[in-house]
Amino acid sequence: MGICFGNYDIAVIGAGHAGCEAAMACARMGFKTVIFAVNIDSIANMACNPSIGGTAKGQLVREIDALGGVMGKMADKTAIQTKLLNKAKGPAVYSPRAQIDRRQYQTEMKHLLELQDNLDLKQAEITEILTETDGSGAKRVTGVVTHLGAEYRCRCAVVCTGTYLKGRVIIGEHSYSSGPDGHFPANKLSDCLKELGFTLIRLKTGTPPRVNRRSVDFSKTEPQYGDGKPFSFSFDEDAPQREELLCYLTHTNARTHEIIKSNLHRSPLYNGLIEGVGPRYCPSIEDKVMRFADKERHQLFIEPMGRDTEEMYVQGMSSSLPEDVQCEFIHSIAGLENASIMRPAYAIEYDAIDARQLRLSLESRDISGLFCAGQINGSSGYEEAAAQGIMAGINAARKLQGKEPLIIDRSEGYIGVLIDDLVTRGTKEPYRMMTSRAEYRLVLRQDNADSRLTEKGYEAGLISEERYERFRRKTEHISGEIARLKNTYISPTDRTNDMIKRAGGAPLKSGCALAELLKRPEISYEMLQEIEGKKTELSFREAEQVEISVKYEGYISRQEAQIRQFRKLEKRSLPVPFDYGTVDNISTEAREKLTRIQPESLGQASRITGVSPADITALMIYLNIKERDGHDES
Amino acid sequence: MKYDFEDTIAAISTPPGTGGIGIIRMSGEAAVRAADKIFSTNIKRAAGSNAVARMSSHTLRHGYITDPGTGEMIDECIISVMKAPRSYTKEDVVEINCHGGSAVMRRILSLLFECGVRPAEPGEFTKRAFLNGRIDLSMAEAVMDIINAGSEAGRRAAADQLSGRLSREISEIQDKIKLCLAETEVAIDYPEYETEEDTAAHAMALLKEIKEKLVRLSETFYRGRIMKEGIKVAIAGIPNAGKSSLLNMLSGRDRAIVTDIPGTTRDTIEEYVDLDGIPVILTDTAGLRKTSDTVEKIGVDRTYGAIESSDAVLFTADISSKDAAERSLKLLNDIKERFNNDKHMIVLMNKSDIESEGAAELFGSDAVRISAGKEQGTEAIIAKIRDAAGLGAEAGGHTAIITSRRHKQLIDNALDALSKAEESYEAHMPVDCISYDLWECGRYLGEITGGTIENDVIETIFSKFCLGK
Repeated sequence: MGICFGNYDIAVIGAGHAGCEAAMACARMGFKTVIFAVNIDSIANMACNPSIGGTAKGQLVREIDALGGVMGKMADKTAIQTKLLNKAKGPAVYSPRAQIDRRQYQTEMKHLLELQDNLDLKQAEITEILTETDGSGAKRVTGVVTHLGAEYRCRCAVVCTGTYLKGRVIIGEHSYSSGPDGHFPANKLSDCLKELGFTLIRLKTGTPPRVNRRSVDFSKTEPQYGDGKPFSFSFDEDAPQREELLCYLTHTNARTHEIIKSNLHRSPLYNGLIEGVGPRYCPSIEDKVMRFADKERHQLFIEPMGRDTEEMYVQGMSSSLPEDVQCEFIHSIAGLENASIMRPAYAIEYDAIDARQLRLSLESRDISGLFCAGQINGSSGYEEAAAQGIMAGINAARKLQGKEPLIIDRSEGYIGVLIDDLVTRGTKEPYRMMTSRAEYRLVLRQDNADSRLTEKGYEAGLISEERYERFRRKTEHISGEIARLKNTYISPTDRTNDMIKRAGGAPLKSGCALAELLKRPEISYEMLQEIEGKKTELSFREAEQVEISVKYEGYISRQEAQIRQFRKLEKRSLPVPFDYGTVDNISTEAREKLTRIQPESLGQASRITGVSPADITALMIYLNIKERDGHDES
Repeated sequence: MKYDFEDTIAAISTPPGTGGIGIIRMSGEAAVRAADKIFSTNIKRAAGSNAVARMSSHTLRHGYITDPGTGEMIDECIISVMKAPRSYTKEDVVEINCHGGSAVMRRILSLLFECGVRPAEPGEFTKRAFLNGRIDLSMAEAVMDIINAGSEAGRRAAADQLSGRLSREISEIQDKIKLCLAETEVAIDYPEYETEEDTAAHAMALLKEIKEKLVRLSETFYRGRIMKEGIKVAIAGIPNAGKSSLLNMLSGRDRAIVTDIPGTTRDTIEEYVDLDGIPVILTDTAGLRKTSDTVEKIGVDRTYGAIESSDAVLFTADISSKDAAERSLKLLNDIKERFNNDKHMIVLMNKSDIESEGAAELFGSDAVRISAGKEQGTEAIIAKIRDAAGLGAEAGGHTAIITSRRHKQLIDNALDALSKAEESYEAHMPVDCISYDLWECGRYLGEITGGTIENDVIETIFSKFCLGK
């Protein structure tokens, strides 16, 4: 046994987006926590695009914030351009996104961790997780060991290793052992996880080149502005004023595609150097050119990396072609003819675990106290990582509190969809959150994330009394205003009808409840105030929720009926572990999958690929008979 | 995916065709809600008062069933509520006691189906009682038999060419819905993706085609039902036109009492016969004439009920005398009028062996000469019934046919979802709402084939569109 350097309740391995949320949650819930980073300057690094949010991801950030997480607040502090995406596509999919000053984000996050009570920050690579086995053969976590042999005791560990595990960077014919952004990889922990019984999978992702702003000719590009509207991810603060930086749009062209095609034989994807499975939702440029050969051009967004740097990110140009080919195709693009590449694009391969070995709490089914969050579970993206991080952190802390884990189900949040998908179905490629994955997205909106989750965050201990009180007042304002709109009638006066006609609507013929009027597509909540002739006292957030709840009431209530249906199966819990060998009438495939995944409810069981409705019915019958037998005996 | 045991189900739970009172039973979460949509405690008021929701469990209430669409009063009834878990199925159970005419009961049932309830399969109430732990272990095996029989039949049906065709056809429609969804979803999830056209408009165009296919499929249920359950054929005519003889001729045994005293058949008589491969449920009815005899009057009412619930009518005209032929014609026209020319009428000119001159000319050229007494004309009748069943030579043999009520309901639900999508598009609702309806449509169809579409849509997005950083 090595020398013990300290005793902690919880050790967090990795200080990326998942690790930071996990460590903050544990420490704030009162547990003595230590967080390890391979390099302290890499804390909360945005190794790829310098932005946070976007479709489905913006919703995740809002949810993390509602639970008391930190990503939203840090992003609000460091945003350099903001936008609510999908404004024309409906309230379920309004998605906040911010361009971020990458370096400032890291600095702020590092400082936040440093200032947090109960939290120690250490630079070290963790090479081993220590466990002990009790008399009954059950394993539990007892500590972690650093690359220098230092041993730290802990009762829970949260593993958030990102793309560091056996990380391998590939550029053309070259490949070398490396973490992201030139940091050291973590080569030893993979083997330890394997010994602990985890199935490892190999995944791949990539990032585009960065160029110097001074070498770009912006006159050949289209500037992209923010929407100029008040913006904050966090429900806890008002939208601050910001000086905005621009992004720029340009396109690839026939020449670019020609260069790529004629150099394809040098691509590691085609010469076999890459074995990991890459994400289809963010293919490399060579993939795009080959798979969509009829497309004449592809979009490229040039995005600033921060206020104190001239470095810019070329979104849409992810590649693993050799550096000389990258130079050639970059220079074929309008505006980038003389671009000076600061960092080449690269692909990175890394080890991840098969997340189907985890419970919905993100704790390993086999090793008590071992939690995993982020890219190690097969996800992709900062927001997906942070969402798992806060859940793993909360659940590690709750385990030590002796409480039931906090599980967010698919009808309560994108976080629930994300974790349920990873843990129940697993993934073969890096998993990106999309709104289409959320079957209840009309209810899982960015505007109401606080009303869905603040209660849970408060119960966990991550929402202050003062914030909770403000949340309750907000809820009252919203329900009060909705009730008022339903009970206030407006007469068809000339003035009112003039206003309606100007908005392009049909005039009123008789009195009408304000709520009914608001349901018309041409009438906004803002116009309603004009019609009423008085200004609302609601904040912009409250007004947004009122407007959406009223306008889309019909669809929302249909969705709520679906959710009631969904909860029925979700409520029927299954024993874990459970011997599915004794259940008659289920298919061999279902039996094998159920045994391996050990679902926690009939609902979760029904989502396992290969488990059919007939299997679920048979399982239900079996449970009923067993339950009754139990009653008979007692 | 919605499981069949999660739906709210309804069925007429009294034996068909008899009794002055009938009971419609509903079980499931939506039972009370559905009942409230059609039940009103006051004859002057429309339904929708939450009267049923306010009832205590295990109580009765008097009231009226009205059509929520038209406001028309359909029947007076007594409604009873047994709330979960203290009911036969351990779910909310609502029973509507109404006036047993089969037409009325079917009308009420179809109103409930419009309110989100679906028809119960045979044995389904019992199956639920078991699944919800209501009935004891000794009954479990019997119920398992029902469930197994269901899946056994399902397996056989799957092997069946017709059903294979159905799932193929549904899958093809699903593929189109997935394409529609891929269009709307990519616009939502990749706002910066360059799309050449208005996604919603494009999806709407695709939708028209899907809708036509589903309507065609839904319409095959008539034929499908007949293949499975038989065509219901009522025999009607003036008293002593030879209806009972016709029944006996077709069924090949003396079931109806054949006399020459008019009005002998005072009740309806049902007979199941196989006519050259076509399953037929024949109903002999009392002769129709104005009467003051109370017993016979009831018979006449039943006759109209039998005609109402039939798929086709074998109208037996008496051509043995000018007078009988004229009275027959008058009755024929009365029936046509009463049913708005909606009934498939097969006109048989009976007693052709003692035909009175000129009597046959009263009826159209479609009318068939037969003699039930001499057992002549069976083949011509079968040909006519075959046409009425939609199984004639011209019936297309290459499309899928739905035979299950559940499938029919799901297809109609899918169609409703598509109509909602179109309405929302017309009303300028945003694409996420339209997409909601498309997902719903896809899920309903998925319940027929047993597959989910979520992952397929995402696959379609990635294979069809070029996305990413």
